[in-house]
Amino acid sequence: MTLRSPPLARVHEEGGARFTDFGGWEMPVEFDSIREEHAAVRESVGKFDVSHMGQVTVDGPDAERLLQRLTTNDVTALAPGEAQYAAVTDEEGVMLDDTVVYRLPADSDDEFLFVPNAGHDEEMTDRWTTHRDEWGLDATVTNRTTEYAMVAVQGPDAPTLLADETDVDLDELDRFDVGSGPVAGVESLVARTGYTGERGFEILCPWGEAESVWAALDCQPCGLGARDTLRLEMGFLLSGQDFHPEDEPRTPHEAGIGWTVKLDTEFVGRDALERVDREGVDAKLVGLELVDRGVPRHGYEVRTRDGDTLGHVTSGTMSPTLGEPIALAYLPPAYADPGQSVRVVVRGEPKKARTRATPFLDR
Amino acid sequence: MSFQVPDDCRYLESHEWVRVDDGTARVGITDFAQDELGDVVFVELPDEGEELTAGEEFGVVESIKAVSDVYAPVSGTVAAINERLFDEPELLNEAPFADGWMLEVELADEGELDDLLSPDEYRDQIA
Repeated sequence: MTLRSPPLARVHEEGGARFTDFGGWEMPVEFDSIREEHAAVRESVGKFDVSHMGQVTVDGPDAERLLQRLTTNDVTALAPGEAQYAAVTDEEGVMLDDTVVYRLPADSDDEFLFVPNAGHDEEMTDRWTTHRDEWGLDATVTNRTTEYAMVAVQGPDAPTLLADETDVDLDELDRFDVGSGPVAGVESLVARTGYTGERGFEILCPWGEAESVWAALDCQPCGLGARDTLRLEMGFLLSGQDFHPEDEPRTPHEAGIGWTVKLDTEFVGRDALERVDREGVDAKLVGLELVDRGVPRHGYEVRTRDGDTLGHVTSGTMSPTLGEPIALAYLPPAYADPGQSVRVVVRGEPKKARTRATPFLDR
Repeated sequence: MSFQVPDDCRYLESHEWVRVDDGTARVGITDFAQDELGDVVFVELPDEGEELTAGEEFGVVESIKAVSDVYAPVSGTVAAINERLFDEPELLNEAPFADGWMLEVELADEGELDDLLSPDEYRDQIA
């Protein structure tokens, strides 16, 4: 299969990036060092090319109704210029994806935009059009993944850096607000969103003009490696790893984002999730820290002290900020409280670990 | 990018080095290997006194993004381990042929050194 390339591929190559296949995209995983890139975002500012994220617009008289029926959150709560996090579930309430839904500012050409994960854009566009037809709704669904580039600028100094390059009044943007205006002279959408836990923005601009935006934001370029350690410190989910419709089928409640499920709305999977809400879950995504030396990784088994299997790690790393090995694992709800002793099996050896509240980092 | 390949070491295809100096054989991973791995965050080493067999795994080096087994270039007894690596695994990135050494081995058979790659052969491999 040919990998898709982000619009900044040439720039990244010149910048000395190493690349990896992520969701069918050849993306930069590391520019200088994951540790340095991670620290730049926590301490000052870094930029990410996140053009592999999908962009799908939804317009027309029934656009809101269509989004309402296919995402778990309440789209009607959004005013123009606001965004929300939501899950996309199947009839069983199993998460197919997680996404941010934007109701775009009034001066935008489109009304709604949502951002599926890398490699999910076609599947989500199909899902939206199929259901639109089935329900006879009047809405236009357009996959714009290769029309929009997406650059994230994240870190405590992100507002100052971006303010120099844009007319958008960043002080007016609260978390999950989206505005529009030029960035480095390129007409863009500027959203106060991101996936690092830091203050920051995601800039959506035309695919062909991404280089101007990228070049104007003069700060540490960061790859997917740092994006992964940053999001994990915040306990944020990674699609395909912390949940996956076949390999790791999970409801939003299990994955710790039950708060995105608004049961007073009608959406695919609602009845199943109402049942989950009423009856509870068999497993919950729980934070872990290793007490013994070692690094917990995806797939490692989690056991009781007596050796009984409890679950498994979905994401794990050595936290660059904390200098501690941290992980997320699906465990029985009785282990959801912090401070409980478990074992993580690292290369056949049970290592002492403790359950821990997420986010791992106070932000 | 050019990597350090010191002339006084011999190499394994799996990117370990051994340097024999005054009867002591030091073992580590190469500059190329540390660069491929990225930021090293964890090192697992054998205990002193353990027996190593050439070509067999003796430890693990983990970076943020990858886990990698490390193989013994030579057979022998572990005479010393670099305990600094437990607290400062980044030494493997910063100075793989110096402060980032991993083990000292009492060689069982010096003849095994002849089976290893010469610096030029290793340079060709990573070119």
